[in-house]
Amino acid sequence: MTAVAAGRRGVATGARIGVLLVFVVVFLVPIYVLLVTSFKPLTEADPGQAWNLPGTWTVEAWRVAWEKLAPGLWNSVLLAVPGSLLSCALGSMNGYVLSKWRFPGADVIFTLFLFGMFIPYQGVMIPLVQLLVGLNELTGLQFYGAVPGLVLAHVVYGIPICTLIFRNYYVTIPGELIEASRVDGAGMLRTYWSVVLPISGPAIAVVIIWQFTSLWNDFLFAVFLTGPQSWPATVMLNNIAGAQATPYSQQMAAAILASVPTMLIYVLLGRFFMRGLMAGALKG
Amino acid sequence: MTGARQAPGRACRARLEEMLVRRVRTWLPGLLLVAPSIVAIGVFVYGMLGWNFRLAMTDKHDEVSEGRFVGLENFIGLWDQPRWHISVNHAIMFTIVFVLGALVLGWFLAFLMEKGIRGEGTFRAIYLFPMAISFVATGIVWRWLMNSGMEERAVGFNRLFDAIGLPQWQWFRDPDWGMAAMALPAIWQMSGYVMALFLAGFRGVPEELREAARVDGCTEWGVYRHVVLPLLRPVTLSALIILGHISLKVFDLIVAVSGKQIITDVPAVFMWVAVFDSHDPAKGATIASYIVLSVAVFVIPYLIWSVRKERRS
Repeated sequence: MTAVAAGRRGVATGARIGVLLVFVVVFLVPIYVLLVTSFKPLTEADPGQAWNLPGTWTVEAWRVAWEKLAPGLWNSVLLAVPGSLLSCALGSMNGYVLSKWRFPGADVIFTLFLFGMFIPYQGVMIPLVQLLVGLNELTGLQFYGAVPGLVLAHVVYGIPICTLIFRNYYVTIPGELIEASRVDGAGMLRTYWSVVLPISGPAIAVVIIWQFTSLWNDFLFAVFLTGPQSWPATVMLNNIAGAQATPYSQQMAAAILASVPTMLIYVLLGRFFMRGLMAGALKG
Repeated sequence: MTGARQAPGRACRARLEEMLVRRVRTWLPGLLLVAPSIVAIGVFVYGMLGWNFRLAMTDKHDEVSEGRFVGLENFIGLWDQPRWHISVNHAIMFTIVFVLGALVLGWFLAFLMEKGIRGEGTFRAIYLFPMAISFVATGIVWRWLMNSGMEERAVGFNRLFDAIGLPQWQWFRDPDWGMAAMALPAIWQMSGYVMALFLAGFRGVPEELREAARVDGCTEWGVYRHVVLPLLRPVTLSALIILGHISLKVFDLIVAVSGKQIITDVPAVFMWVAVFDSHDPAKGATIASYIVLSVAVFVIPYLIWSVRKERRS
């Protein structure tokens, strides 16, 4: 009886793993295509060999893709690194105040912030373009059509999610810690600097990874706010791939190149990446 | 007598003032620290949403004109345009297939994994992996996979289907079901996320509850049906909201897979065309307003509900 039940359970577990493995194969099909195609020489571009491994492996497509994409990759670095650091600083201060140094109406402010997380950015895009164009004229500096304008947009629209992640993290800090610091005569900033910030490591990691990934992968803001000189990797990649003359091997190599930073982050720091994702969904 | 009566009053007022000053002193620095963000959100989220609605109610149909107030004319006029109907229908079909597909697949994967299996971490990492990549990059592969070329010109799925004897298909170029095909890459990209949500949900069901139901004579299926599934409702709702709002504003994926073609048009792409090709800010703003409204209709009640729930607990 128990042997039968155990046997049945073994079969069930085996079946479950089998189905999961089938899905692993399905999920990896696009990755296989990306890799295999990117190493093919132009002579093997005919559809008959579409799913085959390359007959001769070559990095020629990678070389060309790198040449075309490099300026975009650099723009993406200039966008994502300062952008995620600024977002992190703002989110941390907001989260601290909204959880531990609250003022009347803090809950209302937080709720209003939250809605900012869900707005479709199309709804602010045209005024945003107009505002940045206006700033260009007013200051003589480059906001519209340049990386700094794009950083500004991402930092502002990143405030809600970054505030949410930090607030939910700081809520778990015992109030006594803050109270003890207050009793010692430390003010708000002093308490933040010497008590809260030193234990913020995990939340900082989550926010930087989340923001870096969203900024790096963003296409919508970039397409509306930047010009040829300031196109980040996503826009440049789309233009490379959209050109009829670009062979598949180069398109795929460019797609991989544009994804390397975020893929590396995912592989190395997947745990924090995951927490950022959950923060967007399960509050508290 | 009057002096004696005033004295406690004054003292009381003084103490009250002192208390008030102290209270203000404790929360004012906090407010000041958050103030830049409040201003930024006020201007860039609420101000610009308002500005966009305002623009949608003008006749600024080119870039130089001032724009007179015309009320809801643009909102009504949009429905006279065949392309708007096409893009709305596309968005609906895409949303249904994508949301249901990602929800069911994500739930199924979590269901298979929830009791703990060997190599769970690896499985999870692989299913979630597409989320780290941009829609633009994955769109390039999917355009190849779903290429509509047939017979000897077939690549991607059509070549594969031909080899194993399945019929070839037009994929996203299919006039009727193209948007269902377009949802496939989105399902691939997002179902790992849904799986992670549900897995957290499954794990949040206390084992004692399941045990209690078993003791009461519930079958394993009964335990799922009556104990686990009801407790998964909040997670399902969260997943629905997240998938729904991604779906209604979908843009990158469509552009990466098929560009600005009408055959796969959705409101967000239509808006882009209105702004950059037709140079019609009022029309762009009107489409954008509709996108915002379609999301707000379910996100606002959801946010209010979840804030209330948090406050209760």
